[in-house]
Amino acid sequence: MLILTCPCCGVTAEETEFHAGGEAHLKRFGPGSADAEYEAYMFNRKNPRGVHFERWRHVYGCGKWFLAARCTMALEVFGTYPAQTHEPPAEIVAKIKSKRPEWEGFA
Amino acid sequence: MSDLAISALPGAEFEGFATVAEAGLQGMITLRGDLGAVAKALSDVTGCNVPATRKITQSGANAVAWMSPDEVLILCPHDAAPAMETRLREALAGAFATVATVSDARAVFTVTGPAWRDALAKLCPVDFSTLGAGDIRRTRAAQVAAAILVTGPDEVRLICFRSVAQYMFDILSSAASTGSEPALYP
Amino acid sequence: MSHRLPNGGRLIQRGTPRKFTFNGKPMSGFAGDTLAAALLANDQMLLGRSFKYHRPRGVVASGAEEPNALVELGTGDRFEPNQRATTTELFDGLTAASQNHWPSLNFDLLSLNSLVPQFLTAGFYYKTFIQPRAFWKHVYEPIIRRSAGLGKAPSDKARDPDRYEQIYAFCDVLVIGGGIAGLQAALSAAQSGVKVVLWEQTAHWGGRAPVDGVEIDGNPAEDWIKTTLQTLDSMPNVQIRTRCMGAGVYDHGYVLGYERITDHAPQLDAPRHRLWRMRAGKIITATGAIERPLSFAGNDVPGVMLASAMRDYLVNYAIAPGAQIVVVTNNDDAYRTAIAARKAGIGVAAVVDARAEANGALPAQARELGIRVLTGKGVRKVKGGKRVTGVELCRIESKGNAHSEVLDCDAIAMSGGWSPVVHLWSHCGGKLIWDESGHFFRPDPARAPLGADGAGFVLTCGAAHGDLVAVLAGAHAAGQSAGNATATPAPATDSLPEEAALEPVWIMPRAADYDLRMKMWLDFQNDVKVSDVQLAAREGYHSVEHTKRYTTLGMATDQGKLSNINGLAVLSDALGQPIPATGTTTFRPPYTPISLGAIAGEARGAAFQPLRKSPIHDWHDANGADWEPVGQWRRPYTYLRAGEKRDDAVNREVKNARENVALLDASTLGKILVSGPDAGRFLDMLYTNMMSSLKPGKCRYGLMCNENGFLMDDGVVARIDEQSFLVHTTSGGADRIHAWMEDWLQCEWWDWKVHTVNLTEQFAQVAVVGPKARQLLERLGGMGLSRETLPFMEWAEGKLGEFDARVFRISFSGELSFEIAVPASQGRAFWDKLMTEGADMGIMPYGTEALHILRAEKGFIMIGDETDGTVIPQDLGLNWAISKKKDDFLGKRGMEREAIVNPARWKLVGLETLDGSVLPHGALAVVPGLNANKQARTEGRVTSTYYSATLGRGIAMGLVERGPERMGEEITFAGKGDKRIKARIVDPVFYDKEGAKQNV
Repeated sequence: MLILTCPCCGVTAEETEFHAGGEAHLKRFGPGSADAEYEAYMFNRKNPRGVHFERWRHVYGCGKWFLAARCTMALEVFGTYPAQTHEPPAEIVAKIKSKRPEWEGFA
Repeated sequence: MSDLAISALPGAEFEGFATVAEAGLQGMITLRGDLGAVAKALSDVTGCNVPATRKITQSGANAVAWMSPDEVLILCPHDAAPAMETRLREALAGAFATVATVSDARAVFTVTGPAWRDALAKLCPVDFSTLGAGDIRRTRAAQVAAAILVTGPDEVRLICFRSVAQYMFDILSSAASTGSEPALYP
Repeated sequence: MSHRLPNGGRLIQRGTPRKFTFNGKPMSGFAGDTLAAALLANDQMLLGRSFKYHRPRGVVASGAEEPNALVELGTGDRFEPNQRATTTELFDGLTAASQNHWPSLNFDLLSLNSLVPQFLTAGFYYKTFIQPRAFWKHVYEPIIRRSAGLGKAPSDKARDPDRYEQIYAFCDVLVIGGGIAGLQAALSAAQSGVKVVLWEQTAHWGGRAPVDGVEIDGNPAEDWIKTTLQTLDSMPNVQIRTRCMGAGVYDHGYVLGYERITDHAPQLDAPRHRLWRMRAGKIITATGAIERPLSFAGNDVPGVMLASAMRDYLVNYAIAPGAQIVVVTNNDDAYRTAIAARKAGIGVAAVVDARAEANGALPAQARELGIRVLTGKGVRKVKGGKRVTGVELCRIESKGNAHSEVLDCDAIAMSGGWSPVVHLWSHCGGKLIWDESGHFFRPDPARAPLGADGAGFVLTCGAAHGDLVAVLAGAHAAGQSAGNATATPAPATDSLPEEAALEPVWIMPRAADYDLRMKMWLDFQNDVKVSDVQLAAREGYHSVEHTKRYTTLGMATDQGKLSNINGLAVLSDALGQPIPATGTTTFRPPYTPISLGAIAGEARGAAFQPLRKSPIHDWHDANGADWEPVGQWRRPYTYLRAGEKRDDAVNREVKNARENVALLDASTLGKILVSGPDAGRFLDMLYTNMMSSLKPGKCRYGLMCNENGFLMDDGVVARIDEQSFLVHTTSGGADRIHAWMEDWLQCEWWDWKVHTVNLTEQFAQVAVVGPKARQLLERLGGMGLSRETLPFMEWAEGKLGEFDARVFRISFSGELSFEIAVPASQGRAFWDKLMTEGADMGIMPYGTEALHILRAEKGFIMIGDETDGTVIPQDLGLNWAISKKKDDFLGKRGMEREAIVNPARWKLVGLETLDGSVLPHGALAVVPGLNANKQARTEGRVTSTYYSATLGRGIAMGLVERGPERMGEEITFAGKGDKRIKARIVDPVFYDKEGAKQNV
């Protein structure tokens, strides 16, 4: 069972205080978007063996959503950061690159 | 009004290695907004400063607990809450802030005695050695949400939703029952 | 015969006898005994029957690894099967019984299984019970069920009266295992200043060291253990706990600990078990090692024990397993058993050593004591059935066709070397390496389980690390490394006599014939033999995981603690490859079985799950409420009067609401405040219809869809003021919709100025319904409620009598209706007041079933009945509630898809049976012919169906292909079996189509 640090209230807590929300940094495609864009937004998800960005909500704590950069294999947590961003912060990207040189980067 | 109003489990009390008691009616107001921007209004109306992250501030019968980066919970006497809500609304007119009385949405329990940590450790995934007087920790107690306000060295107040008051009382009582002392916290 | 020696026994208190029964027979032991020790003291060698062959079985081990000595403990509500006698501490009044035999322990008919050699070999079930198919249910399965399984399940009437609990704890270093290695590791970590917790699964500290004669700094280990414990006890940063087993290691330093608090003392008023949910920075496993059996024919006969176990019984409990023993070994360690036995005055017929020579210090000591040592020899087979009577020997390098010698004995100690307990290391991904000198798998420190920071979080020390002697130095290093790495005092020196190398012997004799191999047990509990694993290998099971499942090797409750390595070795040999190439099976938690009570913790009985109660719950309970679960809420389905049937009560409530005045507790309805300058814009995105145009003081019904366009919730929105709306959701939807709102506000539109506050429980909400509703409320006095002052679909705030009220003129019943919210603390008083004031008007409460009927008569949809997660608003004829003016709302893009705009979709209609009967729930409308799956073709289904007391007939709603275009058409619904029911498609509004009654 994971432990995560909520960047919004600073609490480090076990997974049962959180609610997992799937892949982070999705771009919404609404009315007027092409079928392929809408399909990708709704249904296509990454399932990487390794570095992954996820949405989590501190549901039993401060109630805030945040994002986590995590290794799906080793379960290492590279960092957590507030949800109000379209891409991971530079320092987290740098940390991942130093720990996983083979990682292809955020795309 | 107050003679019509009853708390969730009036008079419920359990004595074990810690004492669990329903705390009766408690005024509570949710204030959401930029905590810096609402600070003046908050202190004008309640006398309390904006608490730091996961802290509680107090002034007389009022206290303010940090709930999230854009939310505090004001605690005050139950019958004072509606008027306080109105005064806060007036003081915050024009600001992007939301004020709502939530006194009756919750139940409040006190857990008292030096071993309160040992009782709560059975329900909450929290390292209680990190909590002292003036701290608030939102977490879960078994299967429901709870906010734990450390109000003194040997007393905490636990706030949960009103509908689960009986569940909360039952699990707290069982956790504090004599003979089940875990001797976890010094 | 096995018996208690007159002297000795380091763990027993001879002055404190303990009475117990086994199979009803009174016996006695001493405080400090395990049940196994006490049974052996009473010469009870035969303890049960094996799983498949029902062979007689006795104690083989002395601890958690025991595969055979499983017994039933307790009776009635406290009955528990499959408990290990070796880890059960004796107490006064304990009742134990043997299991898996019929009709009795001594005479078991199913032991005939073992007389037919090819019966029940590996894969037997798979191969045998395939044909004929029909035999499976009536012949094979009953036979298998009768013969399989060990203990019987407790009675279905039994209710465990004990308490169980869980507890969350945190530490920097958790040390698991209280032998000398664990004690030293805990001490070294603690001396560096960090917070340390030390668990020991038994009631005693020190592990094997005192039994094996370890000396520490030249003194008996026991002295050091005592001092070290005192030191640990005095340190404020250390907590030590016995009877607490490290059950499993999980991600990020999470460990489950299983503390048995009252198992040894049931008179204590305390929880029986406590499950520790520990989060540790670093974990040191000092879990020791387990001795391996040797595979020789008849190694399962009662009286054959692990050499270390026999030594434990002797030293710890003063038990002589017999008058004359034989020790069979491939290593020096087992000589300790021979030496200890001889010193205790027990006859030692010989030490049979498979090695060509035995010249170490321990064999020398044995010879000095006059013990006969036979080298290059092995056991050909054990003599005896229910108990060892002797042993035939042969050359180890032989087929074992003939015996070289027969020795009389009544107990045999066997030792095939040791295997480190690597379970906890492995649970969370720690990898193993094969130790070429010790011939065992041990943890590979370079491949430790990784924590949240990417660093290894489990260390090992002592025998668990592969250090079978001189463990303190390594334990000290582990303790320091897991602590904060500051230098702490150097450890003492532990020493044992030098030992010569072990020589692996996986089958004894090495070239044993089939008839010997089929009597060599690998897995005692699951009855898996050397011949079974060899058969599996021949049949192509080359993967160890496949062989495990095919033969069931290691799949019993002991998870193969004794059999694992021997089984791997036999498989590797059969495959002609080295053991590390075969690898091990996966170690999974828990280390030994833990009670279901501990897993449930507080979640049982009334606290099984939270039960949510409205502020008026107790009134309902006292007034006949027939409860219905709605999510975690309980709501009255109906209120039963004395002698009244459910249907009659529901019909009475429906009629009363239509004709009189009735109350519904609607407190569970979701109420979410949405406030801020962008609140209108936000609700326009959330709802399919326009909400920003709603005027303060007005109410509007709205629909929420997910991004697929599927309907997910509905309810009435009331505009409070320019910036605030009160959103009503369904009872089950309040938390979900609130989370949905916060998700969009925090993660997508974070620059929008909107706050939400979930006010669901702040208010008690009462629907006052019926033609006399206004008349009743006007009796309370206060705010104006006339049609002109408060028209339909408006709301107002004010006083009703003494109550602070928000009154919403909305109706889910089609009647004149006021939904009144008062603060939850006033809810009960408000309800009481209404019931009193309305008494002379015939006021009655109504429950959820009447609510459903009232809304169905009006054709109002219900989320979860008319919707199922694949229904769009257009399917329900709710096109009017889908804004065409808005560029965007959640679900709009989804509704543009081809399948969604298909005109042949099933759409909402009313349904009336031709005979007036009530259509069955969920009934399908069938048309002639079969579909591609050869099922009946369908063209619709029933979504809601009720008896309408108002109309005196059955009414229903359903989704029917192109339904609204087919008004008046008759279609056919499938009932039970071949029954077909004709129904006519009608308008879904059955009652008061113009809406005259609600708008008065």
